[in-house]
Amino acid sequence: MAQLTFRESIARGIAQEMRRDESVVFLGEDVGAAGGVFKGTVGLLEEFGGIRVRDTPISEQAILGAAMGAAMTGLRPIAEIMFSDFFAVCWDIVANEIAKSRYMTNGQMSFPLVIRSGNGGGLRFGAQHSQSVENWAMMIPGLKVVVPSNAVDVIGLMAASIRDNDPVVFLEAKSLYSSKMDVPDGDIVDTLGSAKVLRQGSDATLVALGAMVPRALDAAEELATNGINCTVVDVRSLVPLDTATILREVSATGRLFTVEENPRLCGWGAEVTSIVADEVFYDLDGPIVRITTPHIPLPAADALEDLAIPSVERIVTTIHKSMNS
Amino acid sequence: MASTKVAPAQSDVAQKIAMYKSQFALRQFETRAYDLFLENYVKGTSHLSIGQEAIAAGVAAAMRPTDWTFATYRGHAHTLARGVPMTPVFAELMGRTNGLMAGKGGSMHLTSVEHGVMGSYAIIGAHLPIACGAAWSAQYRGTDQVAVAFFGDGSVNIGAFHEALNFAAVWKLPVIFFCENNLWMEYTRTSDVTAVVNPAADRASAYGLESIIIDGNDADEVYEVTSRAIARARAGDGPSMIEAKTYRHGGHSRADPGKYRPAEEIAEWMAKDPIPRYRLRLLESGVSESELLEIEAQVNAEVDDATEAAKAGGVPGEDLLMKDVWADGGAAWRN
Ligand SMILES: Cc1ncc(C[n+]2csc(CCOP(=O)(O)OP(=O)(O)O)c2C)c(N)n1
Repeated sequence: MAQLTFRESIARGIAQEMRRDESVVFLGEDVGAAGGVFKGTVGLLEEFGGIRVRDTPISEQAILGAAMGAAMTGLRPIAEIMFSDFFAVCWDIVANEIAKSRYMTNGQMSFPLVIRSGNGGGLRFGAQHSQSVENWAMMIPGLKVVVPSNAVDVIGLMAASIRDNDPVVFLEAKSLYSSKMDVPDGDIVDTLGSAKVLRQGSDATLVALGAMVPRALDAAEELATNGINCTVVDVRSLVPLDTATILREVSATGRLFTVEENPRLCGWGAEVTSIVADEVFYDLDGPIVRITTPHIPLPAADALEDLAIPSVERIVTTIHKSMNS
Repeated sequence: MASTKVAPAQSDVAQKIAMYKSQFALRQFETRAYDLFLENYVKGTSHLSIGQEAIAAGVAAAMRPTDWTFATYRGHAHTLARGVPMTPVFAELMGRTNGLMAGKGGSMHLTSVEHGVMGSYAIIGAHLPIACGAAWSAQYRGTDQVAVAFFGDGSVNIGAFHEALNFAAVWKLPVIFFCENNLWMEYTRTSDVTAVVNPAADRASAYGLESIIIDGNDADEVYEVTSRAIARARAGDGPSMIEAKTYRHGGHSRADPGKYRPAEEIAEWMAKDPIPRYRLRLLESGVSESELLEIEAQVNAEVDDATEAAKAGGVPGEDLLMKDVWADGGAAWRN
């Protein structure tokens, strides 16, 4: 058992898989000698060498194109896109090439690759380095989308993503990079498409993702002191989506609150809401409420950014109001 | 700009006859594909390579079966030239279950992994970095496979082209960037919107590559120059870019009559049609007229048979619709 930060877990998860499988390679900007701009890949170059851990030019299309071409010919590449906002300059490769090619070729090709990227706000970086883009990725048929919320899950879900035979967009909440956790020794391998119930309550179910998970847990803690007992579900993977766990937990409490960092329109919570409304409507005891970042580009100032992204306080007051109305 | 001119070399007669047969077959296939479009058997769009066959035939002849082709939406010829039979290609254009991808890809996305045809890509420039990835994988695994990416003259002004060239050069990847310069994008002349005269070759030096311009209507020259580039790539000496001057006889796609092109220009290029030219060269080198006629009859029969076999294919249904989004063969995104 060792205490690891979220960022240290990234390197640990990648290293775990690179040790067991020669076909796993890693490429990105500043990932080798520099160890990543968020220090998420420190030590990989030293352990695996420059042939397997390669620094690239600032060429996001080339990075992801190379990952795709390597994946279709037998490697299992991991590609880093430094900030997820940068997906906008290489989205063709993600959305048109990687995501569609298996289907278009009637299954002739597989794309066992992972695209990992620093996602979301909290670092006061302003609108072009802070967006939560999980909804961009979720709406593309052919992509799996994984968003861990803690250091242990980072390792296990990274391993599962690397071993998966489909392309996985692996989004790392930047605001969690320095969060710490006790991590067991030895290999950790998790399962994609499995949500986790982190807390059980009888009054309401909070469904949260990534950086919103610890906030939902803190909010639940606070609400409990006011007599509102909440279940908290960590979604962990948007595609595949563990609707069975979500539906079960929503039915049990009769209330659903989603907690989402993405800007409001077409956020993942809208899809969850629609599934719940379709399938367990008669188990509901009150309205479904989505708690999201407003539909705005993220501002830089700490005071403004804190107003935008759902805070523990906003989660608590929203739930409180809705439960007592 | 240094331009490399190469005298047609003496590849052996059997190979030349094979290259003639390949070019003739590509021409006959494309002509039939056009007819099938007019007869409404081919529903969506298609982009023919009529006039550009020497490139597909010459490059394919220089490749090994284990090498990889990355084509554009104008990819029928490149697919067939690597040995993919005509029937599944016709059937794919017609959207039948016996199509190369059972109708799920269509004309613009022809792929046959078993023949090294690693896809046809319809977003301009996208496949250049993807070809780099395949080349990287060959380099990493220590095989001597080479990737060849074809693209048009209009594709040199998109970012992916430049990203791929630089990437391939710095990683010394075994990849050949092959520009088929047919002078036109869709309906715009490439020179009207391009800062340099030779759209690909004039950019080569920016990536430390040799500037290579060839006659794309001469299969022997295409074969020779490509063979050298491939040998270089196999030896670990990195990428090459080749710009081949050529012309599409028809319009950009489907029913485009290509009226925007001046008659003199068309006439000039029709006179340089690669197929009669190559045929004449074979006759002059001693191949008999009767042998060529026999080859042509064989090809025509093959086109007829393949057309009928393709038409006989089934209509794809629901089972195919929901198949192969994921590696497990399915399309489920939830439990
Ligand atoms: C990114 C992108 N922009 C525009 C198009 C539409 N488009 C398809 S083909 C084409 C012309 C391409 O010309 P060129 O590269 O010279 O190839 P050719 O068709 O002559 O073989 C255009 C503009 C596209 N498919 N992708």
